[in-house]
Amino acid sequence: MIAVHLPILQVVLPLIAAPLCVLFRARDLPWAIAAVATWTAFAISGLLLAQVYSVGVISYEIGDWAPPWGIEYRIDALNAFVLLVVSGVSAAVILFGRDSMLAEFGRSREYLFYTAYLLTFCGLLGVTITGDAFNLFVFLEISSLGTYVLIASGNNRRALLASYQYLILGTIGATFIVIGVGFLYAMTGTLNMIDLAGRVQAYGANTTIVVAFTFLVVGASLKLALFPLHLWLPAAYTYAPSMVSAFLAATATKVGLYVLVRFVFTIFGPEFSFVTLSLGLPLAILALVGMFVTSTVAIFQNDVKRMLAFSSVAQIGYMVLGISIHTMLGVAAGLMHLFNHALMKGALFCAVGCIVYRVGSSRLDAFAGAGRRMPWTMAAFCTGGISLIGLPLTAGFVGKWYLVLALIDRGWWPLAVLVVLSSMLAVIYIWRVVEVAYFRDPLPEAGPVEEAPLSLLLPTWALAFANIWFGIETSLNVSGAFAAAESILGGFGS
Amino acid sequence: MNAADLILVAVFAPLVGAFLILVAGDQRANLRDTLMVLASVATFVPVATILPEVSAGGLPRVDVVEVVPGLPIAFEVEPLGMLFALIASFLWIITSFYAIGYMRGHHEGNQTRFFACFAIAISAAIGVAFAANMFTLFFAYEVLTISTYPLVAHHQDSEAQRAGRTYLGILLTTSICLQLVAIIWTWFAAGTLDFTPGGILAGKVTGPELGVLLFLYMYGIGKAALMPIHSWLPAAMVAPTPVSALLHAVAVVKAGVFTVLKVIIYIFGTETLRTTGVSEWLIYVAGFTIVAASCIALTKDNLKARLAYSTVSQLSYIVIGAALATPWAIMGAAMHIAMHAFGKITLFFCAGAIMVATHKTEISQMHGLGRRMPFTMGAFLLGALCVIGIPPFGGFWSKWHLVGGALDAGEMLVVAVLLISTLLNVAYLLPPVLYAFLLPPKPDDHDLEVGHHQHHGEAVALHSYGGEGHGHRDLEKRGGIREAPLFCVVPLCLTALGTIALFFYVEPLFGLLYGIIEAGTVTK
Repeated sequence: MIAVHLPILQVVLPLIAAPLCVLFRARDLPWAIAAVATWTAFAISGLLLAQVYSVGVISYEIGDWAPPWGIEYRIDALNAFVLLVVSGVSAAVILFGRDSMLAEFGRSREYLFYTAYLLTFCGLLGVTITGDAFNLFVFLEISSLGTYVLIASGNNRRALLASYQYLILGTIGATFIVIGVGFLYAMTGTLNMIDLAGRVQAYGANTTIVVAFTFLVVGASLKLALFPLHLWLPAAYTYAPSMVSAFLAATATKVGLYVLVRFVFTIFGPEFSFVTLSLGLPLAILALVGMFVTSTVAIFQNDVKRMLAFSSVAQIGYMVLGISIHTMLGVAAGLMHLFNHALMKGALFCAVGCIVYRVGSSRLDAFAGAGRRMPWTMAAFCTGGISLIGLPLTAGFVGKWYLVLALIDRGWWPLAVLVVLSSMLAVIYIWRVVEVAYFRDPLPEAGPVEEAPLSLLLPTWALAFANIWFGIETSLNVSGAFAAAESILGGFGS
Repeated sequence: MNAADLILVAVFAPLVGAFLILVAGDQRANLRDTLMVLASVATFVPVATILPEVSAGGLPRVDVVEVVPGLPIAFEVEPLGMLFALIASFLWIITSFYAIGYMRGHHEGNQTRFFACFAIAISAAIGVAFAANMFTLFFAYEVLTISTYPLVAHHQDSEAQRAGRTYLGILLTTSICLQLVAIIWTWFAAGTLDFTPGGILAGKVTGPELGVLLFLYMYGIGKAALMPIHSWLPAAMVAPTPVSALLHAVAVVKAGVFTVLKVIIYIFGTETLRTTGVSEWLIYVAGFTIVAASCIALTKDNLKARLAYSTVSQLSYIVIGAALATPWAIMGAAMHIAMHAFGKITLFFCAGAIMVATHKTEISQMHGLGRRMPFTMGAFLLGALCVIGIPPFGGFWSKWHLVGGALDAGEMLVVAVLLISTLLNVAYLLPPVLYAFLLPPKPDDHDLEVGHHQHHGEAVALHSYGGEGHGHRDLEKRGGIREAPLFCVVPLCLTALGTIALFFYVEPLFGLLYGIIEAGTVTK
């Protein structure tokens, strides 16, 4: 029965596909392998989600070693939801990647690029699916190592520096996580998350546990680029190839957020995290300050990719703010925004990728005249932008709506007003691009520019359309997020 | 087709029209402009077809999609919305013809984008009119803001861009920072956003909080142009005149005051407002806006700027009527939506026709123009009298009801404001007509010279040729009628006659609006 083995296939298929890229490096083959692996993973995550919804939590014992001795893959409504987001956006981005990478990276070492991509992909899926704290760290390292290569493949020399910055900060983050896991292991003698949860929560606020908690939260915050630990992110997104920016923006930070949520809610438990240690307040403050500071910084950027990168940090603030409320509504709103933001940033970075493909630059000037010369690309950009701002009938609205409701419900209504106000900043930075694209004449040296090819447009529009679709037919993102929130909160806070 | 289908047709016909306009493009200008006219007719006909059912007290409704449980995008036609949709869609037909004449006569660029955005804006205005809940209304309101930005920034020079930023900045900031907050608050307090007769807030939000909520709504609806958030409207006058005429005298600004009425009648409930008195401040603010904007209008020499400030002032008539919340005042406010629409669109049409024919924008340049453009200036007179509000013009009825409503509520101050404002209206609207008909052209007025001709092509094709350096006496002799193109003149004559028709045939309008009083929506 292959269906039983879906959890392991989810991770192993991309892992096997990675070296295949090196073996079959003929024209376009590495890309084809990566695409097939990504789409298969997408299908598997869809099946897993359906399975979780119909029969409940799936537990898979690797090599038939029973937990807590063996490694267990444990899929509940939370990680099934995140798996779907990660693999779904990747599936669109990989199609976008073929021509985009040819233009930005060239053919010569293409196979190495797709190997790194598949390893990163495998790592991200592994982090999400595993039920073992140390296994999580291993996959996190796999994905990080792959990411360094992906970022460094940008054709700007500064990509190397950006990659190096991420290497340093990412390693610090991973080290913090492994230290945290080490402390937990020292206290409890187990690495299985469910097993850990039972024992850790029995200890209460023991010093070692608190230290472990601190290391894990800070490490995960670095990975998810919570303000002010986001310093690696803007350069990385700016100088990475367009496809990589889209891929990372939609997946890497989301998995980072998942790690935070998993540790805080499942292992330490909401009671310990939010009542004993009152994590909610610092998280909420950082999220809010981050929203305003980085959105304001985004307004002053002259490179659209950099602008979107800062916007990503701001949007992560919304997700963390939702989590920090630690009520059913709040956590669901945070997770909903995780889903929606993956779609918006995927669409936006892909649209920028189309511009880079035709004009060769992502600077604001390169957008001049794009409204007329690349109407479909700019329409997709506007759709993503509107969703980012959060107008009704887009996915962005639904997430913000629930976030504001959650804040009011919790009695934090001044924060609700601030969340609404911060949308104005998004209006400004998106509008700067729109104004240049539609109301400024193209630069004379830019030469003739035509619409991006269909191979780029279709994936971009698939993501843009998803922003509208999930703003109207909200059963997957809204109910999915609520199911996920329920699975980790249990009866807490209700 | 039943009424539900008709609603959808009315909302989506302009959108389909916008798409077809884009497909036709600049290369097939005649086809494109024909499609626009057809789209406007295809919008008006279904709206007019729903009228009998609504007049008879029906409330046709259609749910489109439910976004979040309890938050559907839905349309429901009640008398106020019916009225607004009728005016917007009817005047769109007339404006379509006018716009064809104006845009060609004035050699405007980017006409395809212009007409497409125009159509989208109309669709949004109908959406505002028919919205069944505040959520749908808010969505349509924002679409209206965004779709009109390209129209304001149409000329793409630095002035247009600056105006566009002011426009978008004020309208989006107020709607997101205040109105959206108010909507979320309402949802949280009342658990619904449906427009319900009698309001949904009674007993849910009380005391000073109700006043705060009213403040958030009134200043969140930036399109109603209460002072001090009115400056987007004069800024928007850089747009081509058809935009100023239909959108910034009718569709956009009326969407604003219409929303004010809807919020006060169907969210707060007139009874709640009257018993709590939370709308007292709004009466003063609107009264101040009426007088102050009129005074500013007096100082403006640019005709469109003067009309814009006049609009700011007139919009507050409707807000003041809503704030009084008595049946007569509400009737007057609702009727003023129609009356002012016809009057002001006529005035803007005239301003545009003058620009097309003579390229004059300042009132001080228009001396003696009446002899050259008698139809245009005659229509201007009718439009002005309608806005001033004397019989036999439609504007009389709305002022009559508003004064009656103010007396009803015992607000003598409002009565005084309305009377002062009427005098001010006379002072700033009649001089352009008087200068045009009674004064001779200024001696340094060279616009009729030969050189002008080559410059402005067919727009002034009716010119008779004259030598250089003639004094005004010669001009009088050569005189003759040289109007703007027929596409401009006929529509403005029609709307001018409409202002008179609205005086004599106001019965159906009364009938429609009495519906909301009879149904107990607005209690006595």
